[in-house]
Amino acid sequence: MTETTTAPAAPLTAGAPATPGEAVPRRRRRRLTPGRVLAWAVMILLLLVTLFPFYWMLRTALSSNGALYANSTSLLPVDFSWGGFERVFGLQSTEEAIAQGGSGASIDFWLYLRNSVVVATVVTACQVFFSAMAAYAFSRLRWRGRNAVFGVFLLSLMVPAIFTLLPNFILVRELGLIDTLLGIMLPGLFMTPFAIFFLRQFFMNVSTEVEEAALIDGASKVRVFFAIIIPMSVGPIATISILTYIGSWNDYFWPLMVSYTDDSRVLTVALGNFNAQSPQTGPDWAGLMAATLVAALPMILLFLVFARRIVNSIGFSGIK
Amino acid sequence: MAAPPAPTVRGGRVGRRDDTRLALLFILPAGIGLVAFYFWPLLRGIWLSFTSWDLLSPAQFVGLDNYRAMAADPVFWNAVRVTLLYVVINIALQTAVALVIAVLMQRLSRSTLLRSLVLAPYLVSNVVAALVFLWILDFQLGIGNQVLEWIGLERIGFFTSEAWAIPTIAVVNVWRHMGYTALLIFAGLQAIPATTYEAARVDGASEVRTFFGITLPLLRPILGLVLIISVIGSFQVFDTVAVTTNGGPVDASRVLQLYIYDKAFGQFDFGYASALSVAMLLILVVVTFFQYRMTRAGQTDLN
Repeated sequence: MTETTTAPAAPLTAGAPATPGEAVPRRRRRRLTPGRVLAWAVMILLLLVTLFPFYWMLRTALSSNGALYANSTSLLPVDFSWGGFERVFGLQSTEEAIAQGGSGASIDFWLYLRNSVVVATVVTACQVFFSAMAAYAFSRLRWRGRNAVFGVFLLSLMVPAIFTLLPNFILVRELGLIDTLLGIMLPGLFMTPFAIFFLRQFFMNVSTEVEEAALIDGASKVRVFFAIIIPMSVGPIATISILTYIGSWNDYFWPLMVSYTDDSRVLTVALGNFNAQSPQTGPDWAGLMAATLVAALPMILLFLVFARRIVNSIGFSGIK
Repeated sequence: MAAPPAPTVRGGRVGRRDDTRLALLFILPAGIGLVAFYFWPLLRGIWLSFTSWDLLSPAQFVGLDNYRAMAADPVFWNAVRVTLLYVVINIALQTAVALVIAVLMQRLSRSTLLRSLVLAPYLVSNVVAALVFLWILDFQLGIGNQVLEWIGLERIGFFTSEAWAIPTIAVVNVWRHMGYTALLIFAGLQAIPATTYEAARVDGASEVRTFFGITLPLLRPILGLVLIISVIGSFQVFDTVAVTTNGGPVDASRVLQLYIYDKAFGQFDFGYASALSVAMLLILVVVTFFQYRMTRAGQTDLN
């Protein structure tokens, strides 16, 4: 029955031919039909399911662990306490930690955090830079065999990451890099086929005029890459960097294989160990949720800053 | 000063068309990565599957022994079964929920805020997602089980009972990935021209009929691709299982990937683990092939 409201919208678009057809439904004030109310209700329900675990992390992290066992259903923090966070950052003495339900084991959270930051940052910087170089060669340089070589690179998209893990572990071991940060970073340092593919699409669309002008002025092709292509592709480069950073930060399986001691332990691996080292009295849920929150925090901050960019890039990364 | 000679040098060459040397230099780092960490491991993994190797003594060629052992290994077949069960539950649920979210977003609001909220779980690692649900679904203290009790149901050992372990893990991963999948489908929905909907509306088609008659058929190529990507990802499930159940109880959640990891790093049987990896690769190739054929993901009905 709402169809009747389309009538006034039609002349509106006719009056402004530049408006794309898509804008029509948006401009029309939709009436709140029962269908729409139901749709919003479902959407809100789904959002609650999506967001509730985040709230529950925060609520648990701000509770004191002992009280959780007595009152596990309160929607607000039980017996509010910063204890969980204090244990995460090692601000409590061992006795204090054990008394509050922690394992008392010294967890060097700062070290894991540092390791995670180093791995994700170096991998992102190197991988995106090297991928951009290759993408430049595949999009703007003229050389024989370009398409054939690009085809070979695309082939690697077919190799499932999981299949390369074992042989890569053996290679890293032969290089003597087991239990080092370099060993964790190495396979990701050079490229991913996806990053090359993604950046090539954008480099191809950078206008040739500026490039021609620079070349006539005597700039080299290397200079064109650094002074024109990269600055003009800041958007896509930022997008792929963020996606790479998130992926690298959240990676678990590969670092689990390579790291054996605290020296090279990243946050995900340290958190994954939790189940194995719970104290007899029951897990330190408050401390654990505080730790997961702190581990997730950098990604959440990154997301708050770049939400629009990340959200809009998902369509493209569908090929991944 | 240096500028004037440059064009003449370039002009002297066969135009400035041929950048072969520079290009080779530019693809060198990526090329090293490609060979060392994609193609070489692929070949090596296949080769290792024909050997017996404990990482310490030299690898011994054993022909098809690993594959013969695999065919007779009940744990392997159990792992295949468990993995398939996981994939079916995970993908069916995830695709259905994502489709609902995507369609709702398209009909209700395109705001970035809404899309960001939907995507939020994708930003936390599998490990964090697993730990949060380990807590929420804890038998004694988990709010999930408390709610079950309130509505008069019995508590469920989500991660500790054989029947529930795999469905639970599948749902945890649905939570983490549904928003991401929804945004992929949402991008596909944008590609369907608004005029098609207008036409359906003019013809008086109901919302439900429009969805099944227009949206779904036109979405098929995108949906096909999304399915292929998510199925490949789903088969490789490891993190969530390793953190929550570690394969248990008994072998109820021992998925292929975890079995491979156990064989390699628990028993140092790298030959057998490699054979398992090859089996996994073959399963993926076959599944992807059939999916591609069945969904006709390469063709569109939009033209």
